[in-house]
Amino acid sequence: MQFMLLFSRQGKLRLQKWYVPLSDKEKKKITRELVQTVLARKPKMCSFLEWRDLKIVYKRYASLYFCCAIEDQDNELITLEIIHRYVELLDKYFGSVCELDIIFNFEKAYFILDEFLLGGEVQETSKKNVLKAIEQADLLQEKTETMYHSKIFIGFKKAY
Amino acid sequence: MPAVSKGDGMRGLAVFISDIRNCKSKEAEIKRINKELANIRSKFKGDKALDGYSKKKYVCKLLFIFLLGHDIDFGHMEAVNLLSSNKYTEKQIVSPERGALQGLALCSLPVLSAASCPMAQAAACRPPQDSMDSVKQSAALCLLRLYKASPDLVPMGEWTARVVHLLNDQHMGVVTAAVSLITCLCKKNPDDFKTCISLAVSRLSRIVSSASTDLQDYTYYFVPAPWLSVKLLRLLQCYPPPEDAAVKGRLVECLETVLNKAQEPPKSKKVQHSNAKNAILFETISLIIHYDSEPNLLVRACNQLGQFLQHRETNLRYLALESMCTLASSEFSHEAVKTHIDTVINALKTERDVSVRQRAADLLYAMCDRSNAKQIVSEMLRYLETADYAIREEIVLKVAILAEKYAVDYSWYVDTILNLIRIAGDYVSEEVWYRVLQIVTNRDDVQGYAAKTVFEALQAPACHENMVKVGGYILGEFGNLIAGDPRSSPPVQFSLLHSKFHLCSVATRALLLSTYIKFINLFPETKATIQAVLRAGSQLRNADVELQQRAVEYLTLSSVASTDVLATVLEEMPPFPERESSILAKLKRKKGPGAGSALDDGRRDPSSNDINGGVEPTPSTVSTPSPSADLLGLRAAPPPAAPPASAGAGNLLVDVFDGPAAQPSLGPTPEEAFLSELEPPAPESPMALLADPAPAADPGPEDIGPPIPEADELLNKFVCKNNGVLFENQLLQIGVKSEFRQNLGRMYLFYGNKTSVQFQNFSPTVVHPGDLQTHILSGPLAVQTKRVAAQVDGGAQVQQVLNIECLRDFLTPPLLSVRFRYGGAPQALTLKLPVTINKFFQPTEMAAQDFFQRWKQLSLPQQEAQKIFKANHPMDAEVTKAKLLGFGSALLDNVDPNPENFVGAGIIQTKALQVGCLLRLEPNAQAQMYRLTLRTSKEPVSRHLCELLAQQF
Repeated sequence: MQFMLLFSRQGKLRLQKWYVPLSDKEKKKITRELVQTVLARKPKMCSFLEWRDLKIVYKRYASLYFCCAIEDQDNELITLEIIHRYVELLDKYFGSVCELDIIFNFEKAYFILDEFLLGGEVQETSKKNVLKAIEQADLLQEKTETMYHSKIFIGFKKAY
Repeated sequence: MPAVSKGDGMRGLAVFISDIRNCKSKEAEIKRINKELANIRSKFKGDKALDGYSKKKYVCKLLFIFLLGHDIDFGHMEAVNLLSSNKYTEKQIVSPERGALQGLALCSLPVLSAASCPMAQAAACRPPQDSMDSVKQSAALCLLRLYKASPDLVPMGEWTARVVHLLNDQHMGVVTAAVSLITCLCKKNPDDFKTCISLAVSRLSRIVSSASTDLQDYTYYFVPAPWLSVKLLRLLQCYPPPEDAAVKGRLVECLETVLNKAQEPPKSKKVQHSNAKNAILFETISLIIHYDSEPNLLVRACNQLGQFLQHRETNLRYLALESMCTLASSEFSHEAVKTHIDTVINALKTERDVSVRQRAADLLYAMCDRSNAKQIVSEMLRYLETADYAIREEIVLKVAILAEKYAVDYSWYVDTILNLIRIAGDYVSEEVWYRVLQIVTNRDDVQGYAAKTVFEALQAPACHENMVKVGGYILGEFGNLIAGDPRSSPPVQFSLLHSKFHLCSVATRALLLSTYIKFINLFPETKATIQAVLRAGSQLRNADVELQQRAVEYLTLSSVASTDVLATVLEEMPPFPERESSILAKLKRKKGPGAGSALDDGRRDPSSNDINGGVEPTPSTVSTPSPSADLLGLRAAPPPAAPPASAGAGNLLVDVFDGPAAQPSLGPTPEEAFLSELEPPAPESPMALLADPAPAADPGPEDIGPPIPEADELLNKFVCKNNGVLFENQLLQIGVKSEFRQNLGRMYLFYGNKTSVQFQNFSPTVVHPGDLQTHILSGPLAVQTKRVAAQVDGGAQVQQVLNIECLRDFLTPPLLSVRFRYGGAPQALTLKLPVTINKFFQPTEMAAQDFFQRWKQLSLPQQEAQKIFKANHPMDAEVTKAKLLGFGSALLDNVDPNPENFVGAGIIQTKALQVGCLLRLEPNAQAQMYRLTLRTSKEPVSRHLCELLAQQF
């Protein structure tokens, strides 16, 4: 996979993940072009399109479009299911995920994606294993942050 | 939010995101972001060292800003610091940052050189409580990433075996990651990784034969390990079929099982189930096609795809059509694919999604052979009438190639190409009609038929310009073959061609002039008529140098040269050297390499028939350079029968004449009264005119200043009118008079010296602002200027003539730069020349029904431009009408249901293409507002016209 984009029906970009090195300018251009192309398509149309020398696989979930660019020899249907599995992971983690969850917790959405896909390749397809990894990370984070907050609190008290 | 709240303590970040979301306007958002950026900058630069939490928070904010599409040019160091932090929470945040993956991979880089076991060492980068399995997974993919970045850094050798062995790993996730790595590595070193074949086959076989619940969490909607299966099948496609009979037997068994499972009733109605299952099926079919050695499997695959062709899922139909394209080129399955022809034709007619129709057209092209060529070509021609604009040109190319390749008799070929021009003339590129001329020239047996057919085609009341080109050329060469029939006697042929002359572009008219001189040779009885045409002022004094020169030269040739000389000069064209069809090359260019392969390989057509042999590519001729260039040498220049006529290369004719050119009569025809009245005195000799076309002097870029501030406003005044005062100050007045016809225009600029002192070194020049480095002629507009006197006396007026040709659509007008010395002081002035794209409008009348049909055809979002704006002038219907007519479009009555609204239509004429434009203007008298909508077939044109017109009301 070359990149993945998440954008809303209004064309707002919600998440971008690039697995090939591109300049920022190029990325912006691609994003603009693809958002426009995909949003112009009607609901019953097929989920694949040829674009430059890549294949675009996209699917709409509620107000969000998930859009992947894959290479010529890659499998379109399995890419559709990559998207679906990612949505399932988000849903499981956030509990019926909505666009707002992804806006406010974009870093979490990235963490989950990184556990699932690495360097554009599927790393782990088991929902259980991915979520376990995320949970462990959250636990670890909580531990360090509790420590941190208690320190702040002490510091605060001393100042008075 | 249940799970999230735990451990998520970055309140500042959440507040910031809310703020952004609450911003009412883009400006407010930018303001808020700038404030935040300033804050973060000061924090990062401040004396106080930031703690890890704050650093993480600020880096997160930067990431969010970046995601919103703003450029971030600082904070990278802080992000790297976070990465080196020993707190997990701080390190983790960096991973969405771009380049993080490389960062992670780089972590393993020193490890690679330091130790021979990268897998274990890569663990150093991961939190310790991770199990070994996930480390292996990440390490494998990091290594892949590293390999893609710089292959040399990854040493092959002793750990190759260990990597391959990962295919045997207990953990499915590890295998999934490892297959990706191996697939990439084995492409470069197929032999080193050969052992992976048998491992992959046995792994695949275990998955395929497992029950849907065996693999627990790796089963996806009742499909066991779909991702891994697809990846394994992909890996096997890097190699030829296994040599080991046992392995091969096991693999074939797997492939059969997959094909069998496709026939079983689905275990779930969910689309995920069918997608996952079919993903494996399609990958299996890819492998079968890749092997291309198992006829039985190929035919089964084809039948399976045949079922999908009528599936209700659009995605499956699309993929089936795509897959079948490759099956069509296999000798084992070509016939099986052909049995689905009716379904595919039906898909071409009924599919609602253009991308699916495109696949259907591709498949028809791939499955075409001599047995079904007539059917396929006629279906494609029929489809062309309603085809989407986006794919018309490609279909035209495909039809042209198939018609040539599978022509049983050449009259069918000629009919097909003429049909193509009739149905989709705009999309018939030069290559296509050059090719038909080439073939007709090379084959005696079809010349008479071609002349007859093209003569009939030209009798249609409206025929495409490409038809005129083909007709002009063929009748000029072979018109004598049908001259015996009184219905197509020479005078009839000539008057038929000449009736189209005035509607054609310069290039076509040039070609027709060459046809006329050939007629004089073929049919001496037409000489007087043709000479009269050549002598007419509209030819001899044509604004276009090429036409003028041809008229002068041909006229002289016909009166000076003896019959023998004429016959020698205008002898019938010799056969063309045989070469690869340039059309095929063009299609390949369009579709990338491999697109033409179905036709390239002669595998299906071993007994290459004589009739096509002559024009089919042969190994010795395939290397012809630049196939698209000048098949006939008449891209812009005249056909070779005519002497090269460009001003610089006219030597041939000069030699023949060897004397002063005949003095043409310069009497203007009545319809040119406007022009002649304004025209400068006729030059002494037409040769002088030819020799000095005075191309716009190309001043160095440094010479031209920016346009004066009011240049745009001045330009706007001329959008809807052609005559008036362009500029006036205390010294100088510049008046404009112009007229435009099709893609040509002539403009008279009058420079009036308002003072009583002489202007010196007076030099007005025209340049195109697009790029000052390039010559003006290569811009979208060709502007020829005549020089004016360097001195302008006090109170006097000088006139400058500009000949303008619009080559393609353009957005920015040319610049007019006027420089002179007034009382010793240099004066410089740059204006925008009032030439806007709408000047090349041709009004088009049409009925309401046609209008709406065309309106609907232009329904892509980018084809439409709309503007809602406040009226700047009183809203008077008559004035509006006059402005719209001045703008160039036709006004259509009784089209819009609301009589207050205005509806217009027209065609923008450029040399390269024509752009159809539809417009609608809706005044709202209460609100004193207008809504203007433009639709054209070219996106920038819509927008530009909309902007131009909106400023007029």
